[in-house]
Amino acid sequence: MQQSRTTEIVTGAFVLFGFAALFFLVTQITNKEFTAGGAGYSLLANFENIGSLKVGAPVSMSGVTVGRVESISYDMQQYKAVVSMHIDAKYNRIPDDSDASIMTAGLLGGQYIGVTAGGSDQYFKEGGKFAIVQDALVLENLINQLVASFAGKKSDSAEETKK
Amino acid sequence: MFKALTKLLGNAVAAFGAITWFLLRILSQVPRALLRPGLVIHQIHNAGALSLVIIMTCGLFVGMVLGLQGYDMLERFGSESSLGSAAALALVKELGPVVAALLFAGRAGTALASEIGLMRATDQLVAMEIMAVDPFRHVVAPRFLGGVIALPLLTMIFIAIGIFGVQLVGVQQLGVDQGTFWSQMRGSVEVDDVMQGLIKGCVFGVACSLIAVYEGYVAEPTAEGVGRATTRTVVNSAVMTLILDYMITAVML
Repeated sequence: MQQSRTTEIVTGAFVLFGFAALFFLVTQITNKEFTAGGAGYSLLANFENIGSLKVGAPVSMSGVTVGRVESISYDMQQYKAVVSMHIDAKYNRIPDDSDASIMTAGLLGGQYIGVTAGGSDQYFKEGGKFAIVQDALVLENLINQLVASFAGKKSDSAEETKK
Repeated sequence: MFKALTKLLGNAVAAFGAITWFLLRILSQVPRALLRPGLVIHQIHNAGALSLVIIMTCGLFVGMVLGLQGYDMLERFGSESSLGSAAALALVKELGPVVAALLFAGRAGTALASEIGLMRATDQLVAMEIMAVDPFRHVVAPRFLGGVIALPLLTMIFIAIGIFGVQLVGVQQLGVDQGTFWSQMRGSVEVDDVMQGLIKGCVFGVACSLIAVYEGYVAEPTAEGVGRATTRTVVNSAVMTLILDYMITAVML
């Protein structure tokens, strides 16, 4: 019976491993929050529209990732999206008049927050808030504007030819 | 010509009938087989735990090649940040279940078929019947159950290791941002997608195990017959897996 005892242990380990893999797949790769780890501080920014920005998206300055989006919520008082960012502790000299804008990596890529340094000699501290923000570019709005401007031009030229 | 065709068709239908009867006979013995879990555990060990190394190695390399190819392809559109979601969806919904089932048929299915076929060839099954021991209860049903339980678990392990492989190449080597990789993946993979992979794993497990034990059981009791049964197991399992894969995808998408 000794051999069957080893078999049982190996089988048990295999089954547990299989369920651990299933658990990993369900909890880790499906829609769950990405926790930004490490020492650092949080910054806030209010956006009219965040597009498809997701928790865990990078916060970058001049293309260098300095932090992560920590949480996204909606402020019912101001009717704006509130994005909380976790900035790495070593980037502690971000001027407090810097601006944050939501940008897209590539044509169809994920969205991230780009921070451009301002000129102030005061630096952001824990809980600081970006005063100058730029919303995500919504492609539909852009196309609408483009169509509208083309349509406007056309009717203008049509009127001109009438004259 | 027409006669030959009808005969061929008749044979195919008869084979389906025979395999369905075989499945019903197994299912009737499943409760009794579960009363003696020792046999089933032994078969899960044979079909599952012993396939672990090949499943994990192949999963890692399938994931890594997916990372390379996916990155190269997505980079042409400037959207390599979607690598996580593209690779994870491909692995969870298609590659994981199908490749795991094909490997399972090659590694465990052939072992099952040749084992039962040899039992038939050496008259062990007949001896059991003479001793009033039902070979379905003691030989066929435990092996079938072992395969059915093992393949979904192997599929999940394959997918998890595969995603690790994608991450290894995409993030560590090619420099896709780690947070983008995971958040894009999480943004697009739903729990339903994982469940679809799991359901496919279960269905392929039933199909591959059934084909393996059936081919072994009906094998000609010669060395050549056992060899042919092993070949047929791999071929039929692979074809059946791909056909079923299309059907399940069409139904569940």
